[in-house]
Amino acid sequence: MSSKYDVLVIGGGNAALCAAISARRGGASVLVLEGAPKFYRGGNTRHTRNMRCAHDAATEILTGPYTEEEFWEDLLRVTGGQTDEVLARHMISESKDILNWIVEQGVRWQPSLGGTLSLGRTNSFFLGGGRAMLNALYLTAERLGVDVEYDAEVTDLVIEDGMFLAARLKRPIRGETEIRATALVAAAGGFEANIEWLKQYWGEAADNFLIRGTPYNRGSILKMLLDKGVQEVGDPTQCHAVAIDARAPKFDGGIITRHDSVVFGIVVNKHAQRFYDEGEDIWPKRYAIWGRLVAAQPDQIAYIIFDSTVVTSFMPTLFPPIAGQTVAELAGKLELDPIALEKTITEFNAAVRPGTFDHTILDDCVTEGISPPKTHWARKIETPPYLAYPVRPGITFTYLGTRVNKEARMLMADGKPTGNMFAAGEIMAGNVLGKGYAAGMGMTIGSVFGRIAGREAAKHARN
Amino acid sequence: MHGTRILDEADRLMTVCNSCRYCEGLCAVFPAMEMRRAFSDGDLNYLANLCHSCGACYVDCQFSPPHEFNVNVPKTLAIARAESYAAYAWPRALSGAFARNGLVISIVAALSMAAFIFGFAAVNDRNVLFGVHTGPGAFYKLMPHNAMAALFSAAFLYAMLALVMSVRAFWRDISTPIGGRADGGSIFQAIRDAGELRYLHGGGVGCYNEDEKPTDRRKLYHHLTFYGFVLCFAATSVATLYHYLLAREAPYPWWDLPVVLGTLGGIGLIIGPVGLFMAKLRRDPALLDENRYGMDVGFIAMLFLTGLTGMALLVLRETAAMGPLLALHLGAVFALFVTMPYGKFVHGIYRFAALVRYAQERRTAA
Repeated sequence: MSSKYDVLVIGGGNAALCAAISARRGGASVLVLEGAPKFYRGGNTRHTRNMRCAHDAATEILTGPYTEEEFWEDLLRVTGGQTDEVLARHMISESKDILNWIVEQGVRWQPSLGGTLSLGRTNSFFLGGGRAMLNALYLTAERLGVDVEYDAEVTDLVIEDGMFLAARLKRPIRGETEIRATALVAAAGGFEANIEWLKQYWGEAADNFLIRGTPYNRGSILKMLLDKGVQEVGDPTQCHAVAIDARAPKFDGGIITRHDSVVFGIVVNKHAQRFYDEGEDIWPKRYAIWGRLVAAQPDQIAYIIFDSTVVTSFMPTLFPPIAGQTVAELAGKLELDPIALEKTITEFNAAVRPGTFDHTILDDCVTEGISPPKTHWARKIETPPYLAYPVRPGITFTYLGTRVNKEARMLMADGKPTGNMFAAGEIMAGNVLGKGYAAGMGMTIGSVFGRIAGREAAKHARN
Repeated sequence: MHGTRILDEADRLMTVCNSCRYCEGLCAVFPAMEMRRAFSDGDLNYLANLCHSCGACYVDCQFSPPHEFNVNVPKTLAIARAESYAAYAWPRALSGAFARNGLVISIVAALSMAAFIFGFAAVNDRNVLFGVHTGPGAFYKLMPHNAMAALFSAAFLYAMLALVMSVRAFWRDISTPIGGRADGGSIFQAIRDAGELRYLHGGGVGCYNEDEKPTDRRKLYHHLTFYGFVLCFAATSVATLYHYLLAREAPYPWWDLPVVLGTLGGIGLIIGPVGLFMAKLRRDPALLDENRYGMDVGFIAMLFLTGLTGMALLVLRETAAMGPLLALHLGAVFALFVTMPYGKFVHGIYRFAALVRYAQERRTAA
């Protein structure tokens, strides 16, 4: 291992590996520093499943066309306009080619099978999931001659006048505590696993957050870059949060702790009160908003309550629902006030108007005369056993990041591009995704900007 | 709660996997799992026997150890599978043979071979055993054909009976409704799936063995072993027809059909088992059912021994070594037959039944 590389990639997920591979294919010598142990390599990519790419025609794995314009409109909708249009349109345009490029790097897609996801047109699914995708990228990178170090925690970045010089490590790698490189690609993710940092924006509530990914997503590289004058982008209070099972582990529960049962019942807080329209919208929006809604409730806890008629309407869950033959018995098990819960359910049932239930569309099953209303899929909860899932906010990723340009080159606080520092993936996702989320966009940002960052970093290093 | 601890663990894993489903494109186990929300003992034994142990789901899983969810599907299903062999064994009294199968096989094989050698020597004088015999009927100077046919038919028919009874019990447990019949289309589909080892492919890149690199050639070695066995069986069948229909007695010239089939089969039965054994040595211990190591290796060794003694017999049949080699070969084949229903051989039968069930479920769902 040489002590000086053309390109140093910090991070070990999708964006980092795409950068490493593209830099190596561009002729550069490349070192990847992954802060996690080998098993936990890849940050959030470990838990992902699919990627959203524009395409003009149906393929073996995707139905129908998903045009650039339609992708752009979807992005505009979820972000409410909080996006850099130039970067976003650039990314969407590049996403078309990524579908094939990623396959050339050994990643395999699967035909969209059954399940409950309705993404067969817009999103491609990794065969075997995100870790399989990572395994393939690592195999390709290593075959190409990219060096990879695990447990490589970077403690400092040496940056002078917007030029990266070296990275310092907590533990020496084969005698080196300082790795010099001609160019840097920062692809080290967000800070969602850094509870102390989250508390700066969320206060004590952050103690009750569950982190869906690994405990290694601590945002230390992001913090170093911002502290050294790289321009920040994105709202620090924004994070992608879904409601996940309150019984999930603090970290790395991944996909299997999620609940998509909200539309089939009601959601109450610890006072047994409803607080939001459970029938507001169809998947995936209904899925993505509940994390933030629960985070705003006392003690950051809520309960999805439904009855035995709907248990097979949604995905099987890791944790079984908590059951009671009566509402009072269920309330007792949930440690809720039984009288309050009975009142909430009775009032809800009384407000339900007859309609034709269809969970695949915004149907006409509504409530009348209660607040908040349930505007679709409202059906009485009256068939025991009564069932509940306790849920807490599950944080997937944060939006605060480093500002970049179309070359994935970071911008300094004065707006000038840095000489040799590039960023890709979640650490710069906030440029494109100011808020909100639609499935598979994180991977698109990672692959597209990873590939660009690697290419540009290699170009810089080889000059 | 299930009948055994390993089935409890398999149930736990299937609950985890059913709420994830990232592996649904890898093999048949996961789509079959998705058709259920709760798992009976029969369901779990079915899924266990549908698993080809390619290892891909372990390598791809974000929850495999050291993750606290501790998801290790290949190993758990391997143990469940091995326990299912014993659970459905016929007669029940012999189900314990699976537990000590490596030892049982070694003893049966040693005794069978010794019995043939001493038998030959006892029936004939020493000169016959170590003499040079050539031309049609040479083998039968050591043991009359009718005696040989009777002995092996008995062993083979017993093995078939025991296997049929075992797989019947298995099928009763995995079919819905209980005892439901398999249809021809599903059986044909299962023959194709088993014939090409469709699900020993890690989702398309090959089998995983020692690490996350899909470089293993277990599928090739398995093909060599299986088709080697089939060819040898065909060779014996053709020879039997020659004997009774055409009155042509073994040994046959090298270019004759039984010898050609037997030679090709013998080569497969030598290379295949060696490859499988080497793959097993290299396999990540995390994926191995160590307790059943002896059963697997015992069966591989028996197949190898059958192939090796058969090939040696072919090469040396016109020398004085013919007698002892024939005794060894017949001993190995006899031991293979007798131990078939109580060792790793059954994995093919149960897996086939599971593939039939899967094909049937797919048709019903479609």
